[in-house]
Amino acid sequence: MTENVASHFEQPLLRTPFHQRARALSQVDSFIPWAGYTTVDVFTTVEQEYFAIRNATTLFDLTPMIKYRVVGRDALAYLNRLVTRDVAKLQPDRVAYCIWCNDEGHLIDDGTIFRLGDSEYRICTAERQIDWLLDSGLGFDVQISEVTEQIAALAVQGPTSCAVLKAAGLTGVERLKPFEIGCFTLDRYTMTVSRTGFTGDLGYELWMEPAQAVEIWDALMAAGRSRGIRAIGSQALNIARIEAGFLSPQVDFVSAEHTIRTGRDRSPLELGLKWAVDFNKGHFTGRRALLAERQRGVQRQLVGLDIAGNKPAHNALLYTDGSAKREIGSVSSAIWSPTCKRNIALAMVDAPHFRIGSTVWAEIYLSRELVWERRMSRARVVERPFFAPQRRRATPPADF
Amino acid sequence: MPHPKLPSRYDCIVIGAGHNGLICAVTLARSGRSVLVLEAAARVGGAAPTCEFAPGFRVSAGAHLLHLMPAELLRELKLESHGLEWAAQRMGTTALLAGAAPLTLSHGAADQQGLSTADAAAYAGYTARMHRFAAALAPIFSKIPPRLGTTAWSDRLALLRMGWQIRRLGRRDMREILRIGAMNVYDLLEENFDSAALKGALAFDAVLGANFGPRSPGTVLTLLYRLAAESAAGDSGLSQPKGGMGALCNALAKAAGAAGAGIRTQAPVARILVEADRACGVVLESGERIMARNVISNADPKTTFLKLLGPLHLDTGFVRRVHHMRSRGLAAKLHIALNRAPSFLAVSEAALRGRLLLAPSLEHIEHAYNHAKYGEFSAAPVMEITVPSINDPTLAPAGQHVLSAIVQYAPYALKDGWEKGRQRFLDTALDTLERFAPGLRGCIVAAQVLTPADMEQEFRLSGGHWHQGDLAFDQILMVRPVPGAAQYRTPVAGLFLCGAGCHPGGGVMGVAGRNAAHQVIKSGWSS
Repeated sequence: MTENVASHFEQPLLRTPFHQRARALSQVDSFIPWAGYTTVDVFTTVEQEYFAIRNATTLFDLTPMIKYRVVGRDALAYLNRLVTRDVAKLQPDRVAYCIWCNDEGHLIDDGTIFRLGDSEYRICTAERQIDWLLDSGLGFDVQISEVTEQIAALAVQGPTSCAVLKAAGLTGVERLKPFEIGCFTLDRYTMTVSRTGFTGDLGYELWMEPAQAVEIWDALMAAGRSRGIRAIGSQALNIARIEAGFLSPQVDFVSAEHTIRTGRDRSPLELGLKWAVDFNKGHFTGRRALLAERQRGVQRQLVGLDIAGNKPAHNALLYTDGSAKREIGSVSSAIWSPTCKRNIALAMVDAPHFRIGSTVWAEIYLSRELVWERRMSRARVVERPFFAPQRRRATPPADF
Repeated sequence: MPHPKLPSRYDCIVIGAGHNGLICAVTLARSGRSVLVLEAAARVGGAAPTCEFAPGFRVSAGAHLLHLMPAELLRELKLESHGLEWAAQRMGTTALLAGAAPLTLSHGAADQQGLSTADAAAYAGYTARMHRFAAALAPIFSKIPPRLGTTAWSDRLALLRMGWQIRRLGRRDMREILRIGAMNVYDLLEENFDSAALKGALAFDAVLGANFGPRSPGTVLTLLYRLAAESAAGDSGLSQPKGGMGALCNALAKAAGAAGAGIRTQAPVARILVEADRACGVVLESGERIMARNVISNADPKTTFLKLLGPLHLDTGFVRRVHHMRSRGLAAKLHIALNRAPSFLAVSEAALRGRLLLAPSLEHIEHAYNHAKYGEFSAAPVMEITVPSINDPTLAPAGQHVLSAIVQYAPYALKDGWEKGRQRFLDTALDTLERFAPGLRGCIVAAQVLTPADMEQEFRLSGGHWHQGDLAFDQILMVRPVPGAAQYRTPVAGLFLCGAGCHPGGGVMGVAGRNAAHQVIKSGWSS
């Protein structure tokens, strides 16, 4: 990492330990900044990479994910006051998806909490927010530190991912249940593996020393050759995550710490994350505001849409009917789902139109060789996730 | 008196028997609620007690003058029938000056040998104007401040009423109050006067007990704030209760007892109990649990929220605001036991019955403040001095006297630590006094310094700040102490604040205590 700092002015973006490998595999030189690092958007083609997620094994460099270490006598009390779920129920060596809110009950961020020991936890999240985490620690015997640069991370996702890891020498990895954590060795390297991911498919996330990252990458690539392993970029992952119905920060919601305009914050109830809010566990930041909101009822909600036709409804405004007179929401994420063969989207929709089965109309603009066409497409509010194969949960996973 | 059916359950527990806590208790008890006041110390009086600091010598250990408590509140409390007597009222102000005749200030007239007629005339106009402004602001003090960002008519109406108070001053005065409202007192006084002595004396009240020098932004506001409170207090002016400030709280305690409230001293509260997100009682440090429908805290906001309640029951943003509330005291108290009456150069015996100011110029005060910014104290401090035993001989053995002074600036966190700095600070203060009262050092029987750090310990007051937090633009009215707790209510149902940390603030005013009681009556849960 020292090298990164020294060359800061010539190279403002940091490089992950996998950067040289990514450079070598990149055919289209498509890199994007992500949380201060340069990362790959597309290696070859989005389609090729996407289908590898659903049919083979993929490697995705996850190092820029922000990681915080939380330790101390009050670590549990601290986390339980921070997030909306009951962390007391999280056993050692388990992971939980969590969200946290500000006082107004508006979402600051979501992420995963890893319980690594009796009173040692790790928070993995998309945005840096050390100030909020530290201020949440006032009055608690807890130490919070950012460890992003100290841990390299690699997502190994796809139906053959378990088989690839086994072939690479991670004996017993097939016994890991969803959201479980284990310690494994690969040659002489040790790493932490969690059965987690952002694809909604069978998959694992590997957490390792940055110094060993390249060797582990190489070993996995070698072990996966016969199982169609492929490095993927963010674009392919984005298709998979929309199919899985996962939210993307700054896309499907803006952190309450970042919004400037009033009314642009989102509450977990509005984002369809009620299941992740435990009102009975005791106090947590935002609880009183969320209770009041629950009592009032939400005025809008994030929903899944199944849209007629095959043109993705990027940023489409939504209306009550085809005449486009009354606006009732907008689309935040949209794709043609290659696996479901459906035109799907995540959208924020006003009451009462967010009920499952409701019909709304999407205003889609299409550029046909620079001639723009406007299309009103009927859309139905449907359950999320759009794609949830059995294999994501099966333990042990099927062998290939 | 406990509730008849639930012997260990009260309608209200008041934490702390300071004047606000006691006034709150009196008001609640008189409304028919069962009230128990829990005081950590062995005596009532909070930060305004009378203490014996040397054998036979007693002094008001915190505030030493009463001038902000509204006349109608005093009448409402009927303290005279509970033993409150006055040793002096309408006390004058005299500014001490090295090598020059002292300056005496009274309402509408400044008098000093050598004061120019222009300054004397300007003073009359200035005080009249400032008192008009103060009178316009005064009504805001007595009310529960409105909430911001709501659509409730009561809040809108209260905001409109505040605007109307200013508007009805008339075009000229309104323009003037808006012009000077955010200025610093240094610039304001420079606009009005030539006399350095006059400017120094007038600026002193703007920075007394505050984390400000005359050039600090917002010091006109703190001055208007004080004047507005004085305006609400009526015409009794600076007053001295017989037996010291502690006598006020003793009378309040009697009034509380007469109204049916119980008071327990030496009963420090360790924790506020919360059940189902509602305050339901307290645990004493002894482990005893006492249940109540409402808990009203006279402790400062930081102590109440961060220590007694704990952040576990609060949201992060709210805790952050409480944590950031500025509450580091800069005023020290100096108590001297004297074997004879002190005599100040050129100060008449009548003037010695009032208060003496040692703030000879704006620059002098600003220089004294400069040191405090860097964790030091100045070799040339400013002071407010009283010799209470002249008006009230019961405070000292016959023929002997006590001197009580507020000395500024004494930073809470002294760079070298108060352990090391205390003696030096005392010497500096005594040397300063000696210059104006030659021979004073020779008749000292005992001397005591209370630094903000001492006051924090002694009065259980975070930062040792008299007002439980700076009075400044961002910590007054509907944002005092912090947004989310500014109407005496707190985020936790059943828990209220009633101390100086709330609107309208400290200085032995008592309004916070009464307003809090009204809020409890309005929104609290009672049997």
